[in-house]
Amino acid sequence: MRKATTDTLPAEGGLGNEPLLAVEDLHVEFHTRPGIVRAVNGVSYSLNPGETLAVLGESGSGKSVTAQAIMGILDMPPARVPKGEIRFRGTDLLKLSDEARTQVRGQRIAMIFQDALSALNPVFTVGWQISEMFRVHRGMNKRDSVKKAIELMDRVRIPAARQRVNDYPHQFSGGMRQRIMIAMSIALDPEVLIADEPTTALDVTVQAQIMELLAELQRESNMGMILITHDLGVVADVADKIAVMYGGRIVENAPVHDIYASPAHPYTKGLLESIPRVDLKGQDLYAIKGLPPNLLDMPTGCAFHPRCPYRQDNCVTDTPPLYEISGTRGSACHYWREVLDGDQG
Amino acid sequence: MSNDPQVGPVQTATAPPPLVTKPKRQDRPASLWSDALYDLRRRPMFIVSVALIAILLVMSLWPSLFASIDPFDPKTCELATARQGPSAGHIFGRDNLGCDVYARTIYGARNSIVIGITTMIVTAVIGGLLGLIAGTRGGAVDTVSSRITEIFFAIPWILGSLLITATFRDADLGIWIVVIALAVLSWPMTFRIMRAAVITARSQDFVVAARALGAGQGRIMFRHLLPNALAPVIVVSTINLGGFIAAEAALSFLGVGVQSPNISWGLMIADARNRFLEAPLPLFFPALFLSITVLAFIMLGDAVRDALDPKLR
Repeated sequence: MRKATTDTLPAEGGLGNEPLLAVEDLHVEFHTRPGIVRAVNGVSYSLNPGETLAVLGESGSGKSVTAQAIMGILDMPPARVPKGEIRFRGTDLLKLSDEARTQVRGQRIAMIFQDALSALNPVFTVGWQISEMFRVHRGMNKRDSVKKAIELMDRVRIPAARQRVNDYPHQFSGGMRQRIMIAMSIALDPEVLIADEPTTALDVTVQAQIMELLAELQRESNMGMILITHDLGVVADVADKIAVMYGGRIVENAPVHDIYASPAHPYTKGLLESIPRVDLKGQDLYAIKGLPPNLLDMPTGCAFHPRCPYRQDNCVTDTPPLYEISGTRGSACHYWREVLDGDQG
Repeated sequence: MSNDPQVGPVQTATAPPPLVTKPKRQDRPASLWSDALYDLRRRPMFIVSVALIAILLVMSLWPSLFASIDPFDPKTCELATARQGPSAGHIFGRDNLGCDVYARTIYGARNSIVIGITTMIVTAVIGGLLGLIAGTRGGAVDTVSSRITEIFFAIPWILGSLLITATFRDADLGIWIVVIALAVLSWPMTFRIMRAAVITARSQDFVVAARALGAGQGRIMFRHLLPNALAPVIVVSTINLGGFIAAEAALSFLGVGVQSPNISWGLMIADARNRFLEAPLPLFFPALFLSITVLAFIMLGDAVRDALDPKLR
């Protein structure tokens, strides 16, 4: 691994008005045999240091593909990015050379994955894998890098780190594996951490511990964090702002409390209503009618219209832009006023 | 296992982790290779085949330990005693030229072992490396190299090796011509196995994760894909080794492999076949040694396969 020499790499230091990471009008499509799958259709979001952005959405909404595009780990082909910008500290990552992007990956922007067992190499010990980060990117020798690996394992609270540094991934529990994955991702002090459903494969108590750990690491290092999830419960405690995705678009974005208090998009509203609640015990649980859209054959107009209780005729023909509700809020629904009012009324 | 102790905001720095309550760690590490070795040591098939192979290796390195007669010395052959049965000092009897069959059989092990192991290494390295590249790169590189291997698969090996050995007969390559002929025709086997294993490994999350954490292509190829794709290649190479030894004997039998005065079991079988009914022993002993050697390597391959990849059984 060569050291970065190219001056196109984003500089560290002050940000000015530029957010740490800004995704602008990003499009990602996959060229498959049955046709072109438009997985991401004009997504924009931004992230500041120390901030947590939760990207919420069901399977196939494009939330993970957006993250993979930011990391530059999409297989191209079949994937293509026909349009859009991903600006990291003002530099468009999509315009960087492969080599410069490799420099950004892991060192400046890191990612953790849903299933930590399959995300760790089964044939090497965890200590080897964590310390490799320091050997490859920091040029440390074996002994120093292992020492750093043990420090990191302590930092992510793996009990008896020194004794377990030579264990293999399969000898750890699910929660511990995710901690090891987190240790690897924060090894090089990245400025942005993308967590792609980090707790989905874990049971509920361990979920809370992992989220707590992530929040704490973020406080210590002031990283920006993008938390990709479909679990509204996970989001409420840790996120600062939320972007809700549906059919490859952002349908609503807002500070976290606004969304919970009064959703401005029928899809968000449906999601919130489908959470089981103690005070509604005994009643049928609400579910959003219909199925997620087929990405090969997207509905015309608003992608949510076949499932939407607020649907009017123009929803079928006109694609709603992301209407600005206030400085920090937006909703891609022609009738966001009705949705907001309906919730209050 | 999943209720991780020592976590969450309640943890204090004052309490060290209670190591005493932790179950005693197993002493043996749990890597794939050490697990496989542990498993192998308890298999009778493995022990028997390793013992046989060890004897054969010593035999090929220091044949004089086993046979006091030097078969390369023409003075040890007496034409008058041709095809004589077993006698004191000549326990396997004498062959058509009155030479000691036992000494020749012992000295014949070297060529079989050298040719078999060299061919295995060459095919594993060439086929493995090309398979690794084809599997990692995919696309056009993969398509072109896979089509090339299919051309090689279409050539019957005995025909192909006859062609190669006949073409380079005058190049005076000695026993290495056999290695070349067998390697040229066999590398596609390891290529295919490695390519398939790499493609399986490539789509796994840890490879994507390694990329996301900044690993370059070379590192992903040699640190993440190769170690995870190596097991099936080792298994197939070990099993093939027995096949290479048999193939060497076949080529020598046909007269295009190892040439006289060099000694090879295949050559001995060919020499003895005309007088087989009269004197069966000069054919029987090299054939027996050949069978045992091939069997030992195939047994080793089977044992290694069971240990490394039980699903293949």
